[in-house]
Amino acid sequence: MSGRSDVAVERWTRASIVSGFVVAVVIVGLTLVPLAAGANVIDKLTTLFVYIILAAMWNALAGYAGLVSVGQQAFFGIGAYFAIQFSVHGVPAYPSLVLGAVAGAALAAPISYFMLRLHGGEFSIGMWVVAEALHLMVNQDKLVQGETGTSMIALNAYSHAERLAYNYWLALGTMVVLLGAVFVLLRSPLGASVQAIRDDEDAAASLGVRVLAAKRTIFILAAFGCAMAGVVWLSTSVTFQPKTNFGVQWTAYMILMALVGGLGTFEGPILGAVIFFIVQDQLGETGVWYLAGLGAAAILFALFLPRGLWGEIEGRFGIRLMPVGYRLRLHDVVTAPKGD
Amino acid sequence: MSLLTLDRLDVRHGLLKAVREVSCDIADGEILALVGANGAGKSTLLRAIAGAHLPAAGRIVFDGVDVTTMRAHNRVALGIALVPEGRRLFTTMTVEENLAVACASGRPGRWSIDTVMTLFPMLRARRKARAGNLSGGERQAVAIGRALVTNPRLILLDEVSLGLAPLVVEGLYRSLHSLFEGGATLVLVEQDLNRVLGVASRVVCMLEGRIVLDGRAGELTRDQIIKAYFGLRRGSGRDDKVQGQP
Amino acid sequence: MNIINLLTQGVLLGGYYALVACGLSLMFGVMRIINLAHGDFAVLGAFLAWTVSDAADISPFLALVAVLPIMAVFGWLVQRGMLERSLRAGMLVPLLSTFGLAIVVENLLFEAYGADTRSLAPMIGDLSFGSWAITDQFNIGYLAALIFALAVLLLGGLSLFLKHTPLGRAIRATAEDADTAELVGINSRAVYGIAAGISVATVALAGTLLAMRATFDPYSGPMQLIFAFESVVIGGIGSLWGTLLGGIILGMAQSIGAQFDPRWFLLTGHLVFLAILAARLLAGQVGARGGLRTSLGIDA
Repeated sequence: MSGRSDVAVERWTRASIVSGFVVAVVIVGLTLVPLAAGANVIDKLTTLFVYIILAAMWNALAGYAGLVSVGQQAFFGIGAYFAIQFSVHGVPAYPSLVLGAVAGAALAAPISYFMLRLHGGEFSIGMWVVAEALHLMVNQDKLVQGETGTSMIALNAYSHAERLAYNYWLALGTMVVLLGAVFVLLRSPLGASVQAIRDDEDAAASLGVRVLAAKRTIFILAAFGCAMAGVVWLSTSVTFQPKTNFGVQWTAYMILMALVGGLGTFEGPILGAVIFFIVQDQLGETGVWYLAGLGAAAILFALFLPRGLWGEIEGRFGIRLMPVGYRLRLHDVVTAPKGD
Repeated sequence: MSLLTLDRLDVRHGLLKAVREVSCDIADGEILALVGANGAGKSTLLRAIAGAHLPAAGRIVFDGVDVTTMRAHNRVALGIALVPEGRRLFTTMTVEENLAVACASGRPGRWSIDTVMTLFPMLRARRKARAGNLSGGERQAVAIGRALVTNPRLILLDEVSLGLAPLVVEGLYRSLHSLFEGGATLVLVEQDLNRVLGVASRVVCMLEGRIVLDGRAGELTRDQIIKAYFGLRRGSGRDDKVQGQP
Repeated sequence: MNIINLLTQGVLLGGYYALVACGLSLMFGVMRIINLAHGDFAVLGAFLAWTVSDAADISPFLALVAVLPIMAVFGWLVQRGMLERSLRAGMLVPLLSTFGLAIVVENLLFEAYGADTRSLAPMIGDLSFGSWAITDQFNIGYLAALIFALAVLLLGGLSLFLKHTPLGRAIRATAEDADTAELVGINSRAVYGIAAGISVATVALAGTLLAMRATFDPYSGPMQLIFAFESVVIGGIGSLWGTLLGGIILGMAQSIGAQFDPRWFLLTGHLVFLAILAARLLAGQVGARGGLRTSLGIDA
């Protein structure tokens, strides 16, 4: 075949280079917030960061690995529980929090061994059972006293202002690290594997993709993320109530944020979390109609807008801010002459 | 009036156009052999006629009724029956149940579980056997029987000899003899040209989704058919539709 | 004798679990959908029964005459209106939409009825606490026995229905291969609607019985879903009776656990479930993928 045919595979477009720069600036800016802003702003941003973490983690599970977990609250709660245990045994407050999350992630490894062999709805409910079982086991601990709960007393050693700032930085740091991890993951060979798995697991396996290993990596990452979110929540509320931390409403929030924002996209969960944060902030107190409305939103998006808002935007306009995919750029292609 | 009219039918298979601008009229009582290489679009065409695939463009008219967008089960009620490629039996159900489940369409006619068993005597002994445990030939018999039991006016048979030993195919075609002689309207997709040319009254050859040959079986030479099959007349235009020469 | 009493209570409890589970199993077996709102439909049924009983001043059993058809139609509507769309959209959509539905149902119930826990026990008089005293230490409650009997009848009826009636055959054919079923004249969408109707009606029955033997509130749903799921996976064997066996094992595990400490009732059930799941996975039964389908006898 004659003719010069050039197809360049690119990762960074002009738009994404600009975005990358903007992101760096934003991160620096956010880091400086506690030095200037009031307590209310710091607190709200911390909550927003927690939402973003949760949305990104659920999106990683469902949108990339195809795992619909209705039990991530297991890690949200168990991380906090372990954190309290560490603290009670003498580890300083903030290290306890991080260690608690790490312990939660460590627990995810054996859990994944069994759970990942389940598929579809069986995996979903299976994870819910795991969450319930962990919840009940934690209730047995005398420290926790059933649903009464306990507090992370060591946190009271800090002043209110200090705690606010440290929590904020913990949340911000976690969010940046986790989003960075997802970003790196998606650009790596593992990322391609994972998206192949999501699209067609059997086909991916037949191509040699190590399906189980890829899923396990995402599962443990998501467990760690949810556990970190849980310990940040603990640090802001100081109290640990099993019913709250192990409640399935966390999964409901995660599902909603990821679904509305855009499953399977990188930017989607962030968008979803921001929207959810605003809605929750404005309407959260209105009670059951609000919650029913969230459920209805989930149904509508699942049925009619399954790609989510960002997915639609990406689909229609071809915009991709963060370079997690590949783009083909076709240079002048000279066709081969006809005839044999 | 023709029993089945296809009017510029386009059927997609995913992103691929499997059937392109197919137009054809099939008269009552015709036995049409639909031949062509793998991937020519024959199965997709049959499935579109039966309603398993919705066309992207064009019309299908059956017995005066526009069935283009009609759901498959309603087409069965009108009298179209497909014996799918690969049989597609309900393997967890018995032979009798496979036949019984198709009886629900309620069309009157001479075919019932009993008469099907008469047509395929080997099935009588295997009545209560699970369809998954049958041999290839038995399965094909059940698949054909399942279509017959709906008392169709148009029977579409997709590769009934696929994967079967020649002796078994021989037996099947012998059983189908009564169908051939009895004035049923059939469209047969077959890889075995000899076999199908022996029973067909008309031959249509497809290539890459289009009809490239359409003529009476007696009037076409084997050479013409083979050339159309492999597309050896390309170069002066692919869309040559060769009519039988008088 | 205490042991026998214990085990009997467990067995009888299993009857209830089988009732809750069979609808879930049916929906999955036929449509490959796990309805995360399944437990909430049970609770919806219970509230409906309560409302009808209360308003018409009749026994809840009589109320069932109205409740079951209403819930069957509701199930049919949910299938045709919502689940049908989900069916073709991949695996995530049914799970997400039914989860959303669960939240909607729970909160609408809360809105309509408030947070109070209720029970239908007061409306059935002696039945809720009466029992046959077999020996000093061994009782069989009237209600528990009735529920078990109903479970057996329902499972048996459903089995016979699937095996011997034209509609049952159509359901089995559609469950195995919906496309081919359409090609032989079966209206697969109607079949799905009917299967959903049956599923929701049975779980509404279970919910009403739950309301009679215990208390319920708008948020009781998820627990019932989990019990149903656990029963099906534990049972896992190739027929509806497997679900009964699974329910019995679950019930017994819970009862035995409660003997050691009342707070261990639920936990023991979950742990036994996880243990059996692990054992099954280790024994090489690739995933519990078969778990829900085989319990319907659809995948032998």
